[in-house]
Amino acid sequence: MTHTATPQSSSGGDVRLHGISKTYGSFTAVHPLDLTVPAGSFFALLGASGCGKTTTLRMIAGLEDPTTGTVELSGQDVTDLPPYKRQVNTVFQNYALFPHLDIFENVAFGLRRRGIKSVKKQVEEMLDLVQLGPMARRKPQQLSGGQQQRVAVARALINHPQVLLLDEPLGALDLKLRRQMQLELKRIQTEVGITFVHVTHDQEEAMTMADTVAVMNGGRVEQLGAPADLYENPGTTFVANFLGTSNLIEAEVVEARGRQDGDLLLKAGDAKLRLPAERCSAAARTGGKVLAGVRPEKVSLAHADDAGSIADGRNRLPGRIKDASFIGVSTQYVIDAAGLGELAVYEQNIERDGRLVPGAEVVLHWSPGHTFGLDADQSLLAGTVDADAGADLDEEAA
Amino acid sequence: MSTTEAPAPPAEPEAEPLDIRKAPTRKRLVPYWLLLPGILWLLVFFAAPLVYQASTSIQTGSLEDGFKVTWHFATYLDAIAEYWPQFLRSVLYAGTATALCLLLGYPLAYLIAFKAGRWRNLVMILVIAPFFTSFLIRTLAWKTILADGGPVVGVLNSLHVLDVTSWLGLTEGQRVLATPLAVVCGLTYNFLPFMVLPLYTSLERIDPRLHEAAGDLYARPATTFRRVTFPLSMPGVVAGTLLTFIPAAGDYINAELLGSTDQKMIGNVIQSQFLRVLDYPTAAALSFILMAAILTMVTIYIRKSGTEDLV
Amino acid sequence: MAASDTTATTAGRAPNRGLRWLRRNLITIAGLCTLAYLVLPNLVVMVFSFNKPNGRFNYQWQRFSTDGWTDPCGVADLCGSLGLSLQIAVWATLGATVLGTMIAFALARYRFRARSGVNTLIFLPMAMPEVVMAASLATLFLNMGIAFGFWTILIAHIMFCLSFVVTAVKARVMSMDPRLEQAAQDLYASPAQTFLRVTLPIAAPGIAAGALLSFALSFDDFIITNFNAGSTVTFPMFVWGSAQRGTPVQINVIGTAMFLVAVLCVVVGQLAGKRPKRS
Repeated sequence: MTHTATPQSSSGGDVRLHGISKTYGSFTAVHPLDLTVPAGSFFALLGASGCGKTTTLRMIAGLEDPTTGTVELSGQDVTDLPPYKRQVNTVFQNYALFPHLDIFENVAFGLRRRGIKSVKKQVEEMLDLVQLGPMARRKPQQLSGGQQQRVAVARALINHPQVLLLDEPLGALDLKLRRQMQLELKRIQTEVGITFVHVTHDQEEAMTMADTVAVMNGGRVEQLGAPADLYENPGTTFVANFLGTSNLIEAEVVEARGRQDGDLLLKAGDAKLRLPAERCSAAARTGGKVLAGVRPEKVSLAHADDAGSIADGRNRLPGRIKDASFIGVSTQYVIDAAGLGELAVYEQNIERDGRLVPGAEVVLHWSPGHTFGLDADQSLLAGTVDADAGADLDEEAA
Repeated sequence: MSTTEAPAPPAEPEAEPLDIRKAPTRKRLVPYWLLLPGILWLLVFFAAPLVYQASTSIQTGSLEDGFKVTWHFATYLDAIAEYWPQFLRSVLYAGTATALCLLLGYPLAYLIAFKAGRWRNLVMILVIAPFFTSFLIRTLAWKTILADGGPVVGVLNSLHVLDVTSWLGLTEGQRVLATPLAVVCGLTYNFLPFMVLPLYTSLERIDPRLHEAAGDLYARPATTFRRVTFPLSMPGVVAGTLLTFIPAAGDYINAELLGSTDQKMIGNVIQSQFLRVLDYPTAAALSFILMAAILTMVTIYIRKSGTEDLV
Repeated sequence: MAASDTTATTAGRAPNRGLRWLRRNLITIAGLCTLAYLVLPNLVVMVFSFNKPNGRFNYQWQRFSTDGWTDPCGVADLCGSLGLSLQIAVWATLGATVLGTMIAFALARYRFRARSGVNTLIFLPMAMPEVVMAASLATLFLNMGIAFGFWTILIAHIMFCLSFVVTAVKARVMSMDPRLEQAAQDLYASPAQTFLRVTLPIAAPGIAAGALLSFALSFDDFIITNFNAGSTVTFPMFVWGSAQRGTPVQINVIGTAMFLVAVLCVVVGQLAGKRPKRS
């Protein structure tokens, strides 16, 4: 597998991983992986816990020796270099600030180790950049979580690394502060132009900050691309479910080719659905199976009485409202679609139809262009909360 | 001084004790009832004897006629004048043994804390297990190990180590037993676990990510140790040195069993004054001088090591 | 900046592999040497329990014999002193644990006047050379005209074990989350039930550690006992005396047996402690 993100111009270094893998005894944390992070990009490794993303990051940092493969930084092979000889710095999970040193000395630590004598000016500038100038003589434990996080960033950035590695850097912060720090980190990255490699399990965080996201699962990269691209065109059920929510419908291919509009014609239950051929990642043969997917917010809801007023050419499915929850900006419906299981629909709260209450017969309809097709030989539940719970149980049993 | 309360791990941040002054009277007395028997025990059998000892040290008299308080402070001066070599020797031996304990104990504590992995419990048992055999029996075993003409002396001799140590005045001729080296060796052995355990406790608390962070910030392993690991283990170092030095300075067993009359420490003098010569005022004065000397040294040491404001 | 030292490393990799291995494992090797230093005397005691010494002293290997093991009480007063030591250790442990646990709870759970004074009084016995405490207490007993013997030894042992129990239990109680007790009361437990069902079980490991330490300290104490025993002979005093008169093999037998029993207890305890986690 080779993954390459779109290149960008910048001053940071690029990271190239060639066939890198890590095994612990019989357990494979990372399967052989080729990955290129272009210089100056903001790159996110996204996945659930135990998917190998942190191991990958630690191999780039030199904190973990790869079982196979090589790590290249700006064209130089650094696989055998210990961490203290790599021009890479890490913002650790829970920050790992030195408790016996004050903020100033924490930030100055890397400079001093490289034998730089006059650090005062640089450290002060750095502390100003992260707005912690007055805190220089405090000890880390006297600072709030958000402040500690900024010290950790300052301590790494002051060394002007070619690549900055961030290991769940916002995991310990509360939601509001996390949103604020996401924007802050993005701003700093744009300002300094250093390559950022960010590990997170939070798909919203990855999409907000990164230019390129690699979704990892079970020690492999499932899909790599720009956030919007991943969201609109998921290639696997795992990506479809892990990034946001997807409705996945098992369908049979009725007509694979020959139609003028280039769409595939599918049959799901009694309904006919259309799927643009270029949005189907699986090989579709007439008579074969595919999974037809659509995002809940792309689907509109009409009361069964109004079925006639739905425009022609849209995909339609009949169903019955099973549950409706009002969450402010939208209302989220769970629809029992005859023979197809439960589907989710998010309706914006613009004009609410009073008849759309649990028990009401409805018709779901959406533009065929919003449908995507996936290989039917995968678990429908991959990447959902249910699948995770199942995996956890397996781990405990083993 | 809470750093010295090992071997039990130092207390966690306090869980907001009840402020008793706001409680109703019946509840208000609860802590005092809890304290009463134990504190009384310590007051009667620990504090009062010290006061008694103080008064004894300024008494004069004889066994036959009884002793009387005569404010005879000259006993102190006489004691120092007569026994200063033993005092000096105690400080020197105990100091050397403490330094050796730190030197030997640190790698072992580091091994248990960071490198032992699944062997950790086994190594821990091996450190604590010697405690379960009477320390006198184990000290006597050193007589066998260091015996004249035994394998240890033989090896040291063929490596010419004994030539060096006897030139330094630590051994005499071809023997190790009945020399300062044997006494220091015994002291080091006896108090080593008291160094290892607090060191281990403070090393084990260090977040391994701090080592990684130091490496990530261009510190070589040796620099990481000097700048991060060692400073963070200071509470353990201070606790360990105190737990080793204090009992070693007052010890008389190693000097008695492994040394000769030339290696007598102040503990030997106090013991013989009290149990054999029956000169209680001198024994009391010597105890007080020893106590005062140790308290002074410990206070200076804690100040200097600056551990008061350490985490 | 760091580029200068990144280039330097790739050289000097292949040669001196042995030296590099030594450097990387230096700490482990040093640690194991220290461990050997700690364990060596125990091995010597064990080996010499199978010796058949010529003469009175068991310091030189002569020949293999199981005489000591078949007749552990074959030396006059040895087993008597062992029994006395065990008896004193049990009572001293009991006394020190009860008194010490009470003090620990008072210190950990209440704020009251003289708190720092109490803390100092607890700390001092641990920071004082044993010989000073021993001589002082003996002076008191002498002046009060109290006869030395079982009771004076017991009093002294409880005195110096007390502080260790307080320290062990206090650390445990203080690290306990106070919300656990609040949760118990929220779930309809009366103060007495809260103490019995929640506080005490959580404090138990600390109490056990303190008791174990007390037992070991009391059983093994020589200096304080030597000053306060009069003509009563505990096991350590018997060993001390034998160092002058002649060391019978039986001392090594008992030392080895104690060592083995203790290690066995610890290992069994470890295994038992592991099991409930799995099921």
